[in-house]
Amino acid sequence: MSSIKTTYHALLAKWHTLTGHKLFWPVFMAAGLVFCIAVDTFDFVDLYLQLILIYVGINIILTVSLNLINGYMGEFSVGHAGFMAVGAYVASLLTVHVCPAGAQNLFFPLAILTGGIGAALVGFLVAIPSFKTRGDYLAIVTLAFCMIVKSILENIDAVGGPRGLLGMEKLTTLPWVFFWTALSVWVIRNLVYSNFGRGVLSIREDEIASDLMSVNTRQVKIIAFIVSSFFAGIAGGLFAHALQFINPRMFDILKSTDILIMVYLGGIGSISGSIIGAVIYTILLEVLRPMGIWRMVLMPLMLVLLMIYRPRGIMGMKEARMFTPLRDLVTEKLWRQKKKEATDATP
Amino acid sequence: MAYIFQQALNALQLGSIYALIALGYTMVYGILTMINFAHGDLFMVGAFFCFLIAVYLKLSFVPTLLLSMLGVACLGVVIERFAYKPLRSAPRVSAIITALGVGLFLENFTLALSPYPKHIPQLLENITWTIGSLSISSLQIIVIALSLVLMFILDFIVHHTKAGMAMRAISWDKTIVPLMGVSVNKIISLTFAIGTGLGGAAGVMYGLAYPVIDPYMGIMVGWKAFICAVVGGIGNVRGAMIGGFILGAVEIMVAAFFPSTYRDVVAFTLLLILLIVRPYGILGKPQPQKV
Repeated sequence: MSSIKTTYHALLAKWHTLTGHKLFWPVFMAAGLVFCIAVDTFDFVDLYLQLILIYVGINIILTVSLNLINGYMGEFSVGHAGFMAVGAYVASLLTVHVCPAGAQNLFFPLAILTGGIGAALVGFLVAIPSFKTRGDYLAIVTLAFCMIVKSILENIDAVGGPRGLLGMEKLTTLPWVFFWTALSVWVIRNLVYSNFGRGVLSIREDEIASDLMSVNTRQVKIIAFIVSSFFAGIAGGLFAHALQFINPRMFDILKSTDILIMVYLGGIGSISGSIIGAVIYTILLEVLRPMGIWRMVLMPLMLVLLMIYRPRGIMGMKEARMFTPLRDLVTEKLWRQKKKEATDATP
Repeated sequence: MAYIFQQALNALQLGSIYALIALGYTMVYGILTMINFAHGDLFMVGAFFCFLIAVYLKLSFVPTLLLSMLGVACLGVVIERFAYKPLRSAPRVSAIITALGVGLFLENFTLALSPYPKHIPQLLENITWTIGSLSISSLQIIVIALSLVLMFILDFIVHHTKAGMAMRAISWDKTIVPLMGVSVNKIISLTFAIGTGLGGAAGVMYGLAYPVIDPYMGIMVGWKAFICAVVGGIGNVRGAMIGGFILGAVEIMVAAFFPSTYRDVVAFTLLLILLIVRPYGILGKPQPQKV
């Protein structure tokens, strides 16, 4: 038993030196991008596996962006699928109706970006009630918003109404998913560890106290909602062009529940937790597919058991070293040293 | 005029069902400050119990209703004991996510056992009285009357019995109450039994009023009932009743005067406006925040 433990610690230390290296992130990103482009051009991976990888990427974007609001800001938003719907519809409408037929590939990132901006505008609207309403009442606001988006989409005949929208080409490729996933993780991770991110965290801990400490809580909330919904919109656009068909019912409360489960499975307030949660949830659902409907019985059961034995999720407010800035690591090390000295000094 | 009265009757019927479910949310919230998102699915289980009892045991209406309520209440207590009790000291959201998980489990378990929608047999003879251009069915009267009776019983229990006093005391202060000799676990179990039993009764009545049932019927109704509970001021029993009737009235009236596909848009927009104007619901009190 102890030998397993020592090997684990040795491996962990090696992993930490590897991820701590200056060139780790550039090399890792370049390798990932090259791999994705290779897969896309030479098709040496099964198409089904490629689709799963695409879903993993989309789910990572959704989970990380929801974690900004639910995990770091401590609100309980249940309407993330609504932002996703806005992004999906805006991007699809652009590629289907606006864009010239020959230039789809060039136009695609622009469409996704516009979808994200559309979702961000809607996120701005949702942020306004969050000034006064908090907690469960804000949960209702986001829930109602999600339902309103769904029923408005069902009532607009120009976007297909309840029948949905089709005619998108399969423009979501693995390199694009990789790019947007990396971008969202990078932006949100840097945001959280920036000056602004401290404001977000202080709202979670105590809103009034952070207000007293001259955090502009309104501004922080607006920006957090805008960033989160922007990436949800991007995920929606990617999702629409991976599936090539969307209808309003795909973005109902069940989709929001899925995203929530991924966030809390991985652990709130942790970028690495979100990534782990999204990857595990997506892959497990696919691996268990032979079980048919019973996998949908097993998954919630496993979630309940995990919550009982590990209420904070897999990572639970802890961050993997590779995502923690050096500054914080050094501070923590110094703090531990001081604590140790203090305990050593007192007999 | 008769049209409006007719719609008002429909609104009362839908509203009383919403109110019964919202009561379950609000009671559990009041005592545990936890949102039991599995409640809508317990409502669905109630409808399925009704189907099973009516088809296989061939009982009449009253025993069916009582047995379904009992069954759902037992299920609610079991869920509380095994899924929520270990999480009482955990962060609030963990309990909420567990509740979502339990709800998904109930839905999919029912779906795995019965993949096709079921049709509840007619348990009550449905008589329709016509007064002028107004038609009133006995079913509507029974649904409305029965839910009002159940609500009065609940209101009596909460405000005029010792168990009810203990419930209110726990929602007031959870740390002092055990010192006064109240068994908190028993009261929480009782609250779950009553709350989910009412949800089961709502399931039976919903099944009688709209007889085709499927495993996903609880999701939408459950979330809407949650909205009712919040609109009334969550944790407040009378608020939940008011909220239920408000949402029922809004939904039916919107469907009566606009195209029915706009029902959700208008209903939820009104609710949003209400929450922006009164951020703590109709009867809820803003809690002072300490720094």
